[in-house]
Amino acid sequence: MLAKRIIPCLDVRDGRVVKGTNFKGLRDLADPVDMARFYNAAGADELVFYDITASAEDRGLFTDILRRVASEIFIPLTVGGGIRKLEDFDRVLKCGADKVSVNSGAIADPSIIAAAAKRYGDQCVVLSMDVKRVDGKFRLFAKGGREDTGIDAMEWAVRGVGDGAGEIVLNSIDTDGVKSGFDLEMLDALARRVNVPIIASGGAGKMEHFAELFTHPGVDAGLAASIFHTKQVDIKDLKRFLRGKGVEMRL
Amino acid sequence: MVAIVDYGVGNLFSLQSSLRSLGLETEVTGEADHLRAADRIILPGVGAFGDARGKLDATGLVPVLLEEAGRKPLLGICLGMQLLFDRSFEYGEHPGLGLVPGDVVFLGENLTDKRLKVPHMGWNSLEILRDDPLFRYFENGEYVYYVHSFYARNCRDSTLGISRYGDAAVTGAVRRGNVWGVQFHPEKSGAAGLRLLRAFAEL
Repeated sequence: MLAKRIIPCLDVRDGRVVKGTNFKGLRDLADPVDMARFYNAAGADELVFYDITASAEDRGLFTDILRRVASEIFIPLTVGGGIRKLEDFDRVLKCGADKVSVNSGAIADPSIIAAAAKRYGDQCVVLSMDVKRVDGKFRLFAKGGREDTGIDAMEWAVRGVGDGAGEIVLNSIDTDGVKSGFDLEMLDALARRVNVPIIASGGAGKMEHFAELFTHPGVDAGLAASIFHTKQVDIKDLKRFLRGKGVEMRL
Repeated sequence: MVAIVDYGVGNLFSLQSSLRSLGLETEVTGEADHLRAADRIILPGVGAFGDARGKLDATGLVPVLLEEAGRKPLLGICLGMQLLFDRSFEYGEHPGLGLVPGDVVFLGENLTDKRLKVPHMGWNSLEILRDDPLFRYFENGEYVYYVHSFYARNCRDSTLGISRYGDAAVTGAVRRGNVWGVQFHPEKSGAAGLRLLRAFAEL
């Protein structure tokens, strides 16, 4: 049977990996290629790279890093950040990305999902969404979680999957950076609406949070950044721990 | 030299990098002479079967592949594996290369548990049914990375390994004579995948 996936996420700015708390207060961590090597050896099932570079001229630095990672790490690579047009898909796929994650770009132009799915296949298109509760409803946020779009997040997900998104990364702004566990309520709400793999993001603080996450059968993967980057949780230990709890894991 | 068949389908960056990381000489080529000169051939592929078959036909390389398949090891990967079979029922019915007997059908039809997601995407354990030199460095039950919605059936005599997805036994690896095929992506299957590619290069 399919194993559940553990995915470290690397936010890259100006050629370095950073991680913010509640999307603010970025601090420098390490070289992305070194970190990719480290995670590959530790048993990560996939790597996600977000390009959080602000300016277009620094995109070249990011694709260069991506190419270096993809030429020596042979596990699936997902790339997001700054994906607005089909040419952006093309640019990162040529550097060795397997999947491309689109977030604000799809909010600005929802037709990009269908266009990309048609050209590269559903499996290649990941819809990433930042979601927060507003008046008891799950609301889609844009611009790295700073702007309320007023769009119902679950409707957005259903539409995206209908257009060809092959996977969803659900990042709960409510639990992001808080380290008190994934947003299981939000994840369950999403799993009831779509039938594509769901990657949970936001809230992992310790190994038990992943064990709890995978008791929810609609969730396929857990994504985290800081707890892995700071070595608070070691991926090898985590995967052994989860297998011990009866979760199918690639060891 | 390992020749990777270039027929305008899919991204060959990772496949080429993975072979290079093993110290193998490799070339992405659409030239008949280069395929004839190679020690072994990899037929890659992603996307839809009919479209890929059309593109392969357009290169004029099909007769070369059929000829070379009798002479040297050939490995089909993912859609490249599916192309090895007799036919596929992906959006209609399309003829394959007929190098391995069997059909390619929609995985969703054969899953009784409708909650299971299609495409079958992620890491699944490969159960070896028949030992083969391709598994020289591969242990039974190791995980490999799959991304596909169609799979090969009616190919029991050629099947080397399967992965279980719900009640479906997904054909993971096949062999007939000099022709091997894997449904998963060895170039994305971490160390286990690299070991499998190394074994292929030593066949």
